[in-house]
Amino acid sequence: MVGSVFPMTASGAVVRRGGQRLLGPIDLRLDGSGVTVIIGPNGSGKTTLLRLLHGLERCREGRVDWAVDRDSALSRQAFVFQTPIMMRRTVRENLVYPLRLRGASRADIAEKGDAWLKSVDLAAAGLQRASTLSAGERQKLSIARALIAAPELLILDEPSANLDSRSTREIERILTEQNKAGTRIIMATHDMGQARRLGDHVIFMLNGLVHEEGPAERFFKGAQTDAGRAFLAGDIVE
Amino acid sequence: MNDIVEGLLHALRLIVTLDGDLVEITLRSLRVTLTATAIASLIALPLGALLAVRRFRFRRATIAILNALMGLPPVVVGLIVYILFSRSGPFGVLGLLFTPTAMIIAQVIIIVPLITSIAHQALRDIWAEYHDLLISLGASGRQRVATLIWDGRRSLITAGLAGFGRGIGEVGAIMVVGGNIDHVTRVLTTAIALETGRGDFALALGLGFVLIGLAVSVNLIIHSLSGTEVGSRW
Repeated sequence: MVGSVFPMTASGAVVRRGGQRLLGPIDLRLDGSGVTVIIGPNGSGKTTLLRLLHGLERCREGRVDWAVDRDSALSRQAFVFQTPIMMRRTVRENLVYPLRLRGASRADIAEKGDAWLKSVDLAAAGLQRASTLSAGERQKLSIARALIAAPELLILDEPSANLDSRSTREIERILTEQNKAGTRIIMATHDMGQARRLGDHVIFMLNGLVHEEGPAERFFKGAQTDAGRAFLAGDIVE
Repeated sequence: MNDIVEGLLHALRLIVTLDGDLVEITLRSLRVTLTATAIASLIALPLGALLAVRRFRFRRATIAILNALMGLPPVVVGLIVYILFSRSGPFGVLGLLFTPTAMIIAQVIIIVPLITSIAHQALRDIWAEYHDLLISLGASGRQRVATLIWDGRRSLITAGLAGFGRGIGEVGAIMVVGGNIDHVTRVLTTAIALETGRGDFALALGLGFVLIGLAVSVNLIIHSLSGTEVGSRW
């Protein structure tokens, strides 16, 4: 791998759809370590910001820049969707699909496939159709699929939404291990407990704008804005 | 009613005695239509997938035209192929008129829009599911098409079978470009037309039942080999 994709900077980035502003203008700089959690009420622009960073949305105004060219930056990150997208294949074939796209050797595919199936506790389900997995297993599989090609950045959109506490704990374990191993993580979550457990850095979104950002510890001890404090207190924020 | 019963008995007799002419024209029917279906699938399946994944200026118009071409009149196709391959036509030098090759070409033209249209509709649904994932994983255009074709293969078998069904029962175009020449271009449908014209309804019906049996058998064999409609599978 040549150089890091970080720092990432967004300068006046605006996303519009049907003439309506969904996000921005966003001015942001993200460096290459730790876990950034994006929080905020529904419709505040968390998902759109993640999709913008991953290249699934394009800026109508402003720009998003990486330390390397855009194509190279996008190829070194992976995205986990809130609702896991399962291909019409077996669990193993879903898992190794990114390696096949990159033309990995059979031996590499077999070795990494085995290792990741074991790591996410799906070894016994390898030959099962992915559609037969439970919601928690599907999300674990989609995280493993995102990580199998060793991305520098992993972006997750509410990875444990609608999951029970056991599945949530399992997913947090995987994310913590990966972050320790050097994978930069940016994730949106509605779960404040999860944001406190995993986050090093917080971005609080409101009405399509970054309302407040900074170290997680500082934010959770005492948010700087009224809306941030109200959100943490569980009040309805608009 | 008597004609139908007699036709059924005639069909049975032809099959049980392995009538030489029947075997010959049945094999020719199969060869022409299976070849045409294979060639048409090679063209139509990637085309259907491309229409599903690519956005281009005249995409809607292309899809509308393809859908309209599903009802392409075979006789008109036969006539156009006839003109193209007749001695004075641009491809006359190839000497293909009144050969099984000309019949295959005509059938390919008839089948391609049908397979493309069905494939496009099936793959469009899979593309809607996969869109974000494949973009996110950085799949190239060719990889997207290959993925859709592989993951949609069971729906695509149905598209291919629809093409086969249209081809095997087609008479207008192959009559024009093949000429229904005995031992050369005669196939089941043209033989049925000939026997009907001669007034031998029992033989015509017998051949008709063989044709229906053939179409059903090919469908069953392909479904069985591809494992579709098996419990717990897509």
